[in-house]
Amino acid sequence: MNKARRNWTNTIAAHAVLITYTLIALFPVFVILINSFKTRKAIFRQPLSLPDADSFSLIGYQTVIKQGDFLLYFQNSMIVTVVSLTLVLLFGAMAAFALAEYRFKGNTLMGLYLALGIMIPIRIGTVAILQMMVASGLVNTLTALILVYTAQGLPLAVFILSEFMRQVSDDLKNAGRIDGLSEYRIFFVLVLPLVRPAMATVAVFNMIPIWNDLWFPLILAPAEETKTLTLGSQVFIGQFVTDWNAVLSALSMAILPVLLLYIIFSRQLIRGITAGAVK
Amino acid sequence: MSDQALNRTKKRWHIAVFLAPAVIVYTAIMIIPLFSTLKQSLYIADGQNQVFAGIDNFRTLFGNPAWSDQFWNALKNNGWFFLIHMLVQNPIGVALAAILSHPGLRFSAFYRTAIFIPTILSFVIVGFAWKLILSPIWGIAPSMLDAVGLKSLFEPWLGKEEYALTTLALVSVWQFVGIPMMLIYAALLSIPDEVLEAAECDGIKGMSAFWKIKLPLILPSIGIISILTFVANFNAFDLIYAAQGALAGPDYSTDILGTFLYRTFFGFQLQLGDPYMGSAIATGMFGVILIGVCIYLFGIQTRLRRYQF
Repeated sequence: MNKARRNWTNTIAAHAVLITYTLIALFPVFVILINSFKTRKAIFRQPLSLPDADSFSLIGYQTVIKQGDFLLYFQNSMIVTVVSLTLVLLFGAMAAFALAEYRFKGNTLMGLYLALGIMIPIRIGTVAILQMMVASGLVNTLTALILVYTAQGLPLAVFILSEFMRQVSDDLKNAGRIDGLSEYRIFFVLVLPLVRPAMATVAVFNMIPIWNDLWFPLILAPAEETKTLTLGSQVFIGQFVTDWNAVLSALSMAILPVLLLYIIFSRQLIRGITAGAVK
Repeated sequence: MSDQALNRTKKRWHIAVFLAPAVIVYTAIMIIPLFSTLKQSLYIADGQNQVFAGIDNFRTLFGNPAWSDQFWNALKNNGWFFLIHMLVQNPIGVALAAILSHPGLRFSAFYRTAIFIPTILSFVIVGFAWKLILSPIWGIAPSMLDAVGLKSLFEPWLGKEEYALTTLALVSVWQFVGIPMMLIYAALLSIPDEVLEAAECDGIKGMSAFWKIKLPLILPSIGIISILTFVANFNAFDLIYAAQGALAGPDYSTDILGTFLYRTFFGFQLQLGDPYMGSAIATGMFGVILIGVCIYLFGIQTRLRRYQF
């Protein structure tokens, strides 16, 4: 009886802590979203109440759509993220397969060389990256960003994927070899489908930092037609800083697509992060 | 025999094909720029050409008060930024993970998903959202403090030199608490039930099971989280830039190495960009990160005991 009651108090305490922290985590997002749908007066009078018939207004969104090219920014962010992720996964998986599958001279050394970039951030080399992009005329192109993000993502991708490739059964690959499959077909047809969960993990780890990065878009591609959503909203908010409706709406428009994607993919994402701890 | 050897050497070409794209992109975009940045820190501009100057740039950076004050200020701020993450973010992350991993807890998937939301948002959103909420003009923060009778505690935190950096560090903690939480949660789930049941038979359960059994088992994960936090903090830039601008105001009180590097090499407002001094600062950042990583790899990681189940 006593024990049962103690368990009960424990459960309540656990939920109380978690609910409190959930509120702390969600409160700012909530405040921004509700206020973006209100008139300027209501934003200041009752910042914490939901928009009602009186205070509802879309004026902020109208300003954003008229003044900022958010569709273009969104498209740029999409292109950069999707192409970089594809290249990271493809190149990373190929290199990981070579390191995991074949014994050759310098295998370990090559693994260490590629792993160097896990601990050393690519931003340290920004000065020379900018000079290189200027010299090759790639400044203010999405290609520059794609190249940088591909290089940035590869070290961790190779590291994680080669761990997984080692677990793919040798019998399967040897059976393929006996059937006369080339090494390329063994990789693409037999091995790649088996490491799909690991590829999802790598994609998740890379997607968020690429989408949210401000440093490289600011330095390598600040032109109007190559702005990513992150840089675009930064610049827009900087210009409209006193127009609270516009600022709140711009923030909401930057939050909503990510939030939507997250809600759709959150199960895969969390499974990816906690991979290996299935119980 | 020779036929087989020939066949083998011919067959080995695919290794190069598999490795080439990754190695080329990685070397060209990451390794070569890294080393040419380090090299460039030893040069200065002379008209159009660059001339070798030895350690002159570093002498300026550490010897000339105009530079060295900024550098040490940025490094000190960065250290404080990191300390707050270690003291606030990681304990909260571990505590939340410990509660979440409790077997039979309902809605744990919901809590996990919700608490992770700030982590997926960009620094720009987080920086501006908190700037608005803490703003004295809008008054959300003061009126909420007023509701619990603590209005006198309110200050324009982001505008005051003595609070701004701590406030931003806490905002960053708020954003990233999800990462230690998830990684520790995964580590806690991978502890086998048998170990915990054996401990329970010996009378160790509840809080003492956490301190005596689980915590020692997740120490390697906490070590990894610490070094990840270290590297991320010492090359942070975005949040400070989004909230306070490149001048890291008020009066450079939130300046960290990332913003200092940006201002120096890229130029800002009246200051012209100087790639050579920028390279010197980048080399300094490289040194700091290298020291941290080495301390972790040789001083901490080798001492942590790992358990294989």
